[in-house]
Amino acid sequence: MVRKHYDQELAELHVDIIQMGSLIEKAISDSVTAFENNDLALCESIMLEDKAVNDLEKVIESKCLWLIAREQPVASDLRKITTALKMITDMERIGDNAADIAELTLRIAEKNTFADSGHIPQMAAVAVTMVHDAVASYVNTDLALAQKTEQRDDEVDDYFNLIKQELVSVFRAGKEDMDNAVDFLLIAKYLERIADHAVNICEWVEFSVTGKHNNAQIF
Amino acid sequence: MTPVKMHTRALNLFYGEVHALKGVDLDMPEQCVTALIGPSGCGKSTFLKTLNRMNDTIASVRISGEVVLDGEDIYAKNVDVTTLRKKAGMVFQSPNPFPMSIYDNIAYGPRIHGEKKRIVLDEIVEQSLRDAAIWDEVKDRLKKPALGLSGGQQQRLCIARSLATKPEVLLMDEPTSALDPISTSKIEELIDELKRDYSIVIVTHNMQQAARISDYTAFFLLGEVVEHNTTGDVFSNPKDRRTEDYITGRFG
Repeated sequence: MVRKHYDQELAELHVDIIQMGSLIEKAISDSVTAFENNDLALCESIMLEDKAVNDLEKVIESKCLWLIAREQPVASDLRKITTALKMITDMERIGDNAADIAELTLRIAEKNTFADSGHIPQMAAVAVTMVHDAVASYVNTDLALAQKTEQRDDEVDDYFNLIKQELVSVFRAGKEDMDNAVDFLLIAKYLERIADHAVNICEWVEFSVTGKHNNAQIF
Repeated sequence: MTPVKMHTRALNLFYGEVHALKGVDLDMPEQCVTALIGPSGCGKSTFLKTLNRMNDTIASVRISGEVVLDGEDIYAKNVDVTTLRKKAGMVFQSPNPFPMSIYDNIAYGPRIHGEKKRIVLDEIVEQSLRDAAIWDEVKDRLKKPALGLSGGQQQRLCIARSLATKPEVLLMDEPTSALDPISTSKIEELIDELKRDYSIVIVTHNMQQAARISDYTAFFLLGEVVEHNTTGDVFSNPKDRRTEDYITGRFG
């Protein structure tokens, strides 16, 4: 087979990206589970495991740079490799956001806990699916899935607005203190950011297939 | 550290008055690929040829210093050059099959070294062609002229021919520069397979090729080795500005 090594290295790159994707999906799900159940041990482990995501980002960056140096990729190969380099920045940020949720949960637990997680679990479920589909669309070069995933950002934004309204009502009724309400809102904001990062990934997947990024033909 | 198969110390070579190699010290590790890179005329091919005494036939050549293979100086008086070249085979830039059959090309070396038994020769021919990843393409036409093969096939045949004498070192002088990308890729895959059994020294003008296939890289300039390091280091963080300028295409 011609360029066996090259194809093998590209395949390994995909495996690494799938692995990084699984790690961040688990981190988001775990962070919300920890929040719902007030599970402090889980919060600690999420924050520790974020290092694995950061390490994997470095491994993937190095592999991409060596693929460019050794193989002189062009056309779709070059787009795929540069897309990998771009999207792992968003993936790493998603990992950070999940760790941020865990950290906030720890802080909230010191003072108080919420009787009700509100719409956070539903919002998180959509965000996790978006991250999963964004990574899958890259690995499978699935433009339709990337575009469909981008559109789901509206669902997450709607949840964010809903949660915000609910918090305002709760606060007005004097049921929660201001400090708690702000932390709750921050968790929703991190989930909203996670969905934005998933959208960024999808935009790079579109580039990898079409050469266009946000409708501008760049390669 | 990988054991060194071959090394040179204070190697100088003159073509008449021209000082072509200037005090070259280079270690070539066992079962590794060492790439020699540098602009035309820098001495890399001359250096390669000193490794199996191909320069002996040039009257104006004078050599000083040491070239050591498995602990023995190959320029010592008692060295038999034919035996040396059996141990260190050479593959050239342009495929150069002999004008004879595919079979006879491969059997040529073993015959020179005294092998007459048909059954042994058959075995060597098949194994060498297999090792050079060309057996399946030629097994049904062994008696046909080697010159009827494509360029890429001819080059793999030449590699098979050099393997037939069971060498330990393979010296390759730009073995893919006359080949199309597909044939080049096949030869590169082959080199990667062969380094399990052989120590390989390759001259190449293709920077990506050096980065892809070699473990160590030596950068030659004006007859001197400017930099010699792991290929990873040379292509990511070269120590010498001249190396960086060369590998990034700024001169040469």
